Amino acid sequence: MTDRQIIIPGEKIVDSGDFLPGEGTEKRTDGIYALRFGLAETSGKLIKVIPLSGVYSPRRGNVVIGKVEEINFNGWRININASETAFLSLMEVPRYVNKDGLDEVMDIGDMVIAKVWGINKRGIDLSIKSRGLGRIDEGIIMEINPHKVPRVIGKEGSMIRLIKENTGCSITVGQNGLIWITGNKVEDELFAKKAILHVAQKCFVSGLTEEMEKWFKEEKGK
Amino acid sequence: MKTPNITKQRIEKYLEQGKRFDGRKLDEFRELVIETGVSKNAEGSARVKLGKTDVIVGVKMDVSKPYADSQDKGTMMVNVELLPLSSPRFENGPPKFPAIELARVIDRGIRECKFIDFEKLCIKKGEKVWTVFIDIYSINDDGNLLDAAGIGAVAALKDAKIPKYDEENEQVLFGELTDKSLPVKKEFPISITFHKVGENIIVDPTREEEDVSEARVTIGSSKGIISSMQKGDLKALDIEEFNKILDMLEKTWNDIFKKINRNKILESL
Amino acid sequence: MTKEFKRQDGRKPDEIREISAKVGIIPNADGSAMFQSGKTIAIAAVYGPKEHHPRNQRNPARGTLRCTYNMMSFSVTDRIRPGPNRRSTEISKIIEWALEPVVMLDKYPGLVVDVHIHMTQADAGTRCAGINAAAMALAHAGIPMKDLVSSIAAGKLDKTIVLDLDKYEDSEFEEGEGSTDIPITFTGDGKLTHIQVDGHITTEQLKQAIKMAREASKKIYEVQKKALKDSLGGGK
Repeated sequence: MTDRQIIIPGEKIVDSGDFLPGEGTEKRTDGIYALRFGLAETSGKLIKVIPLSGVYSPRRGNVVIGKVEEINFNGWRININASETAFLSLMEVPRYVNKDGLDEVMDIGDMVIAKVWGINKRGIDLSIKSRGLGRIDEGIIMEINPHKVPRVIGKEGSMIRLIKENTGCSITVGQNGLIWITGNKVEDELFAKKAILHVAQKCFVSGLTEEMEKWFKEEKGK
Repeated sequence: MKTPNITKQRIEKYLEQGKRFDGRKLDEFRELVIETGVSKNAEGSARVKLGKTDVIVGVKMDVSKPYADSQDKGTMMVNVELLPLSSPRFENGPPKFPAIELARVIDRGIRECKFIDFEKLCIKKGEKVWTVFIDIYSINDDGNLLDAAGIGAVAALKDAKIPKYDEENEQVLFGELTDKSLPVKKEFPISITFHKVGENIIVDPTREEEDVSEARVTIGSSKGIISSMQKGDLKALDIEEFNKILDMLEKTWNDIFKKINRNKILESL
Repeated sequence: MTKEFKRQDGRKPDEIREISAKVGIIPNADGSAMFQSGKTIAIAAVYGPKEHHPRNQRNPARGTLRCTYNMMSFSVTDRIRPGPNRRSTEISKIIEWALEPVVMLDKYPGLVVDVHIHMTQADAGTRCAGINAAAMALAHAGIPMKDLVSSIAAGKLDKTIVLDLDKYEDSEFEEGEGSTDIPITFTGDGKLTHIQVDGHITTEQLKQAIKMAREASKKIYEVQKKALKDSLGGGK
């Protein structure tokens, strides 16, 4: 079972004993110490810190949502709320694009769902070649801290499923904390947004799924 | 992140139904919290929160020479700092246009309705008058800094006490205040900025709404008398739209007046 | 040490002013905090890590910590012109040095972490309050850190070693040997990351002052720690 406690940088989590330092921690002479602010989680012998704040740090394979900030001769510069902007090359679009017609595919201010396929010294490279990726045409975009994404998705997608069922909306959660919601009515989309914000705010409590089931009952009763 | 195109479309579509994302009516302000006396070394100060928008205003006074064309009147300086602390969009460095415009619009809102009685700020005609410095700092920008700053300026002026002045040595005793309030009028000006979003007019936009606004008009007025105005941004307004703004003014003014008074700060005005 | 030494506000020599802290005060920021000590109030916001502009200032080997410290014009009795000046420029750098040893900037080559610090009200000890707020804001922003830092001024009034000078003690006290101000910053485990002396003091007295400041820094650390833990659930 897991055990969680709020921890600050430089705080000792446990006397070392048999424990192993995981992400966001380090072993010092008398114990395992946190290097980040967040929740310390012990699973078996491994101790790690789950951060709940901070800027998105991209990983290869992440599906993210971003906004077109700039159009170059060979692609689009996309803001994905990371430390650096990302680049979507013409070559990573699943069809032929005329070099004069980049803005017809995606214009400045447009939103796109993309996959991080490369991170290197030059920057972050995106692709929209797989299914489900590409420009977003309709709906609302909201933002939460990227470190709260796992809670919004829930174990095996249980939380996001609960929210979809209760709002009737289609929801795509980018690993970078940007979320795309579409529904039949704007009211439904805003209801889904409210639910997601509630999850993000309560992300440190245990039994969050039950909490949200209760929340939906109360909200719908209003 | 600046509001994306699709969110703009949704905001506009929803406004067509007379609704806003946060549930407010088109002419409704967010929750307003005013706190005065927030900075003890200032002659007067106020912190204004309008939803998540947050500004701090301080009033300081000093003695200086009057302007040649108004020898028996005190003077006023308004300065606005849009701090990088308050938004990822603001940068360090000398004030840029938005800060300069904000300061000038607030300056006119206060000056033109003669809120401060500058004649009472004369110490010796032609030689010594009080200068009132109003310094405004943004703490968090979630839209409509202008109206929040305007309310903050009025609240800080109302809170201000005149410093002691040593007439013999002709110097201000900084840090020592008299119990005399700054001479301000009973009626205070409120600046309200109207924004055109899509085909609709709204007040007190959030960051998201302000991003998609295409034209704005700031009106400084007090009890139905307009004393300052500024239209900003790129789109034109037709006369019907402009008249609609004027028609919205009274109700909006009364609403925000009530909200200000609910804070009890300006109650005595 | 003179036992009967009386401070103007009635504090004991080793007594610091009342302190309080709050984390998550600026929703737009990646991390933010307020630290108050007596009548001195500092607010701090952290943005980043982010792209470092201008690009010629970026360090490709490790991240850059960029602090700006400023007093609001009305935070002191004599109004200061808004914007940076020589004093604030120096203190900004001092604050960078006070924080750098605990911030793990090697994780962010070529990037910058901005820390903006403003004093909304000042009654001496502003750099210490600024550092305390900044340390919390950095942790709140999820920046990897070896430890927090906690800052406090030791001092000497005439012949007595004291803690945490207020404005009167710092700039108006003139009895005997006068006033000495010694702002010091410690890591949670007691290493020095910043020390300055303004006045005159013997080496033995300074050792005693540092020892006293170290004890006080532990109290500050506890307040910072509590504010951070209390903030979870709020903020961005």
